Amino acid sequence: MRIFLEQFLNGLTIGSFYALVALGYSMVYGVMKLINFAHGDLFALGSYLGYTVLVIGAGWITQVLGVWGGVAVALTAAMLGIGIAGLVVERIAYRPVYKAGRLPLVVSALGMSIFISNGIMAIWGPRFQAYPPDAIPSAILSFGDIKITVIKLVTLIVSLGLMALIYWMVEKTLFGAAVRATALDRDTATLMGIDFRKIILFVFFVGPALGAMAGVFAGLNYGRIIFNLGWTYGLKAFTATILGGIGNIPGAMIGGLLLGVMESLFEGFVSGAWKSVFVFLVLIAILIVRPTGLIGEKVAEKV
Amino acid sequence: MGTLLSVENLVVNYGAVEALKGISLEMQEGDIVAVLGANGAGKTTLLKAISRLVHIRSGTIKLRGEDLSKFPAHQLASIGVAHVPEGRKVFATLTVEENLNLGTWGVRNQINAQEIQKTKEWIFRLFPVLRERRRQLAGTLSGGEQQMLAIGRGLISKPKILLLDEPSLGLAPILVQEIFRVIRQIHDEEGVSILLVEQNARKALGVARYGYILETGKIAIHGPAAQLKEDERVKAAYLGGTRVQPAK
Ligand SMILES: Nc1ncnc2c1ncn2[C@@H]1O[C@H](COP(=O)(O)OP(=O)(O)OP(=O)(O)O)[C@@H](O)[C@H]1O
Ligand SMILES: [Mg+2]
Repeated sequence: MRIFLEQFLNGLTIGSFYALVALGYSMVYGVMKLINFAHGDLFALGSYLGYTVLVIGAGWITQVLGVWGGVAVALTAAMLGIGIAGLVVERIAYRPVYKAGRLPLVVSALGMSIFISNGIMAIWGPRFQAYPPDAIPSAILSFGDIKITVIKLVTLIVSLGLMALIYWMVEKTLFGAAVRATALDRDTATLMGIDFRKIILFVFFVGPALGAMAGVFAGLNYGRIIFNLGWTYGLKAFTATILGGIGNIPGAMIGGLLLGVMESLFEGFVSGAWKSVFVFLVLIAILIVRPTGLIGEKVAEKV
Repeated sequence: MGTLLSVENLVVNYGAVEALKGISLEMQEGDIVAVLGANGAGKTTLLKAISRLVHIRSGTIKLRGEDLSKFPAHQLASIGVAHVPEGRKVFATLTVEENLNLGTWGVRNQINAQEIQKTKEWIFRLFPVLRERRRQLAGTLSGGEQQMLAIGRGLISKPKILLLDEPSLGLAPILVQEIFRVIRQIHDEEGVSILLVEQNARKALGVARYGYILETGKIAIHGPAAQLKEDERVKAAYLGGTRVQPAK
């Protein structure tokens, strides 16, 4: 039981990272019908940005604001920075080739992905970097014989809270309806008076910003990061996106959390080495049964 | 009554295909004007040009004297153009109510919530089924209900001009009847000006005051609806027992 609960909590944590990153894939895909291959690398860049803020700030931000203040500053800086980076990626890698068709977009996306991961390597080096230990909150809570670090608890609460906020915004507000309408039919959305360029900016800012948050939390929870982090997490998060049904917000969240929990339970009870194999087998199985993902398109469009 | 819409020498092409070859038309405030024509005549292109969904090669389109070319497409809703597109184009995975509410997007800073609520009540009176189904996904509505939703979504912004593209397309005769009854009703009750594109010439000339007939991108005939109904050429080509297509 203890192992189950601990692995379940671990799974939820890593699952919330997958979910946050998956949201970015899904939002951009929904509106642009484009898989932003650079998204995983923006997540990694976010993690490095948070790392740098903590390293530079360890001396004074942490002293002035405390450890949690430092964490908040690192999160905010990474989210803003990577949100802006997302807008830049859209501007330089995608906008010039929108009209050229799908293949050039995919090539451009892959190019951007390689550019960013190599950029990270060039700036921060190819080896693991450790998040500064004294900038990471170290408190541990125990419930009976179950122990959980406070940072993990905070990670879960903040991630799930933010997901709830995004869910509400996209599914329950008029602005969210405008985003979904633009995803369904850009011309008709334009007839409603919706400026799709603003919607594009929204998804390219918010998606990467959410990814950056996951990146910083990943660094805080696991302590060390490496330049190709975006590849491993990106792939799992993309899997989660497909699992939940690409292009829909609840699907990305559920897909991410489910993937994390399954992976973690498998690791705890069967084998750590084979966990990724297991995850992809589950994905294949689900795609055979439900090709549109767990929460696929709700209704087919009637003519 | 002044001129609401004036189109002059409008030319639109899709690559090498010239869909509109220099057409002019005019419409008064509070009018219902019908644009008739066979498949491919350019009717939809005309409405898309007014809404700027297609690029205009040359010619001008003015609404109350104001040249529309200075507005990007997404601003037209805010200056009073509502376009109910061909094939309804409701947002299938949004609810009926969300679809209606999006109709207010362009004017959300001009009209207050109370006024929108009032207009919504009026739309629910016109189409009671929309009220019943307002929490349902629009994609689950029948074709006729989707058309009602599309019209409601256009009306909710209280537009200066309502562009209707083949509202009767693919509907059973009884629903066609219903849609045309409502077109007349919204005109009578609220004085909405309507530019109506149709293939159902008989019905369209029944509600319109004036009509234009488009043939392969040109205006072939135009005149008061009453007069068009009696015109021999119109009768032969558009008001036959079955719908006769003019030979190319
Ligand atoms: N996107 C497009 N690309 C190329 N040609 C087009 C496009 N849209 C329309 N056309 C052509 O332009 C001409 C006018 O089309 P339009 O859709 O305006 O006709 P319509 O009168 O609305 O016909 P229908 O009654 O079938 O709706 C047709 O010859 C059509 O094939
Ligand atoms: Mg048409």
